[in-house]
Amino acid sequence: MSFRDAILQNVRNNQPSSRDLPAPPKFHSEQPVELKKQFAAALKELSGDVITEPPADFGKFLKNRFPDAKTICSAVPEYAGNRKPEDFARWSDASSIDVTIVRSPLGVAETGSVLLSEEEFRVNTIGFLAHDIVILLDPAEIVENLHDAYGHPHFRDKAYSLLMSGPSGSADIGGITVHPAQGVMTLTVIFWPLAETQNVRSAK
Amino acid sequence: MSAVDQAKNAAAFIEDRTHEQHLDQLLWMMRTRRDEAASRVPEWEQLRDLASQIKEHTLSHLAHYLEMFESSAKANGVTVHWAQDAPEHNQIVYQILSDRNADSLIKSKSMLTEECETRPFLEARGIRVTETDLGERIQQLDNQPPSHIVGPSWHKTTQDVANLFARVYGSDKEKTDPVYLAHVMRVNTRPLIEQAKAGMTGANFAVAETGAVVTVTNEGNADLSANVPELRICSVGLEKIIPRNEDLAVFIRLLTRSATGNSITQYTSHFRSPRKNGEMHIILVDNGRSSRLGMEKFWRSLKCIRCAACMNTCPVYRRSGGLSYGSTYMGPIGIIMMPTFDAHRYSELPFSSTLNGSCTNVCPVKIDIHEQIYAWREVMEEKHQINLVKKEAMIVAGKVLSNPLLYRIAADSTETSLKVLPRFALYNHLNAWGRHRDIPQPAKETFHDWYKKHRS
Repeated sequence: MSFRDAILQNVRNNQPSSRDLPAPPKFHSEQPVELKKQFAAALKELSGDVITEPPADFGKFLKNRFPDAKTICSAVPEYAGNRKPEDFARWSDASSIDVTIVRSPLGVAETGSVLLSEEEFRVNTIGFLAHDIVILLDPAEIVENLHDAYGHPHFRDKAYSLLMSGPSGSADIGGITVHPAQGVMTLTVIFWPLAETQNVRSAK
Repeated sequence: MSAVDQAKNAAAFIEDRTHEQHLDQLLWMMRTRRDEAASRVPEWEQLRDLASQIKEHTLSHLAHYLEMFESSAKANGVTVHWAQDAPEHNQIVYQILSDRNADSLIKSKSMLTEECETRPFLEARGIRVTETDLGERIQQLDNQPPSHIVGPSWHKTTQDVANLFARVYGSDKEKTDPVYLAHVMRVNTRPLIEQAKAGMTGANFAVAETGAVVTVTNEGNADLSANVPELRICSVGLEKIIPRNEDLAVFIRLLTRSATGNSITQYTSHFRSPRKNGEMHIILVDNGRSSRLGMEKFWRSLKCIRCAACMNTCPVYRRSGGLSYGSTYMGPIGIIMMPTFDAHRYSELPFSSTLNGSCTNVCPVKIDIHEQIYAWREVMEEKHQINLVKKEAMIVAGKVLSNPLLYRIAADSTETSLKVLPRFALYNHLNAWGRHRDIPQPAKETFHDWYKKHRS
């Protein structure tokens, strides 16, 4: 008998009597939820920042926010940057990136999380080997809680789906969360409606 | 191997009051934060019920869900292995690495690989293993196992870490600021991460219907371990299976709030398939789990989602440190899990508890922890695994407590004895309770005497 079959046989012999599988409700709040406000507050608790409107001049915004940044890797049409994800054929080379810019298809108000996958990153390591990350999020795509979030098709279709909820941190020394840890040092979400980007593109 | 003497090991830890107070305060802060987080979720108790029911359903159909998971993972392009025990698991990992000439491995924290002692096994065979979780790396550098399943180095003060880094990395030992210390670690570990030939993680959950393994970290180090190298290995205990993608919402909402009071960790990561140009292996590990499933009183411990809330609330754990348990899993959950691995070696652990039930009250998946601790004491009694002094004391206590007259005589004479006996007579080797603390001051009169005077 193979290891596999021996394990499964022992499991079958020892399983307790059958229990029912419950159907979890969505737990939506009975009161109206201010999704943008709740998202920003939740992300702030995990040291992430929210910019509530697209900056008039994105280049200037980046220069002010990251004055020392030289390598800006953009995975979005809203800003060109000076690197594309595909420039990092060897994925570990993404550690030379100062700022990564990417768009998320989903935000979660309850936890301040944004969803990202290989579709948005194109090279996954740009999301955590970079020094800082800026994430564009259409506020219309914010859902109330994790029950809603897990309905997103990424979790069934993508090789890698990440709910990112703040910059990399660690509370392993003294129990208080500090940055840096091994991933990005700061995380900024900009509420940037997709329609605005599409309007700009069609006007060009 | 002789039984672990947790009380003796704890004595060494609390010898230095600084460490005892540091750990107690830090963990109580986590417990307080957990309570605040739970109170902000109106459906908290409903979520605990759901989590418990989903886990019990899964465990009662575990073979079915294991096969479903295997089938989904294979369809996603993942190679699935099965290991009956720790040596098999370690051999599979080594074989995967050596077949591909991978001589360096970055690892994210995994209690299962601690349980299997995977790191020393690989290091003895020439593989350089680097822990990427900050706390786990601190413990690796200090040649110690984790002392807590969420914060492996929480028993250390910032000065301890500063001293360690000064010794290993030559940093300034006067600088005890956690931001500085975390930076020292980043600078020294990042190059090892970028150069590694393979990555290894555990899994918090494995979803049967999608074949995804899910990791929960604050640092993103599981993401680094899984994405930077092209070869990725993931070790999963059989009990980590859950049926559906939607079930994750229930568990993720409970896990971090129970652990640290945050609503979620910074990285909640779902891996279904190998990365581009990569290779992904999942090892499903039994190591005693299928046998525990058949233990009527103890199978529910398999519901554990490793949040450590039971440790943070436990007065014994908070004042004795995780290393005192001499085991992979420590605190209340360790007390009920470890005897399933070795009933003799861990025979004393069920007595390292006040049975106050706080562990059960905070458990997000409603494991009856304190009741299992009591049940393990009964098992140890049946297996004659209790030391003679403890056993005789319990027999006497049993007789006295079951007889009201004997009890009153004993209570009166104890009060008198405490008042008149010299210190050497009260604090001797037979009095385990008084070894590290003072016996309480005797009351002026017993409750029984007071009641007779005032109510009769």
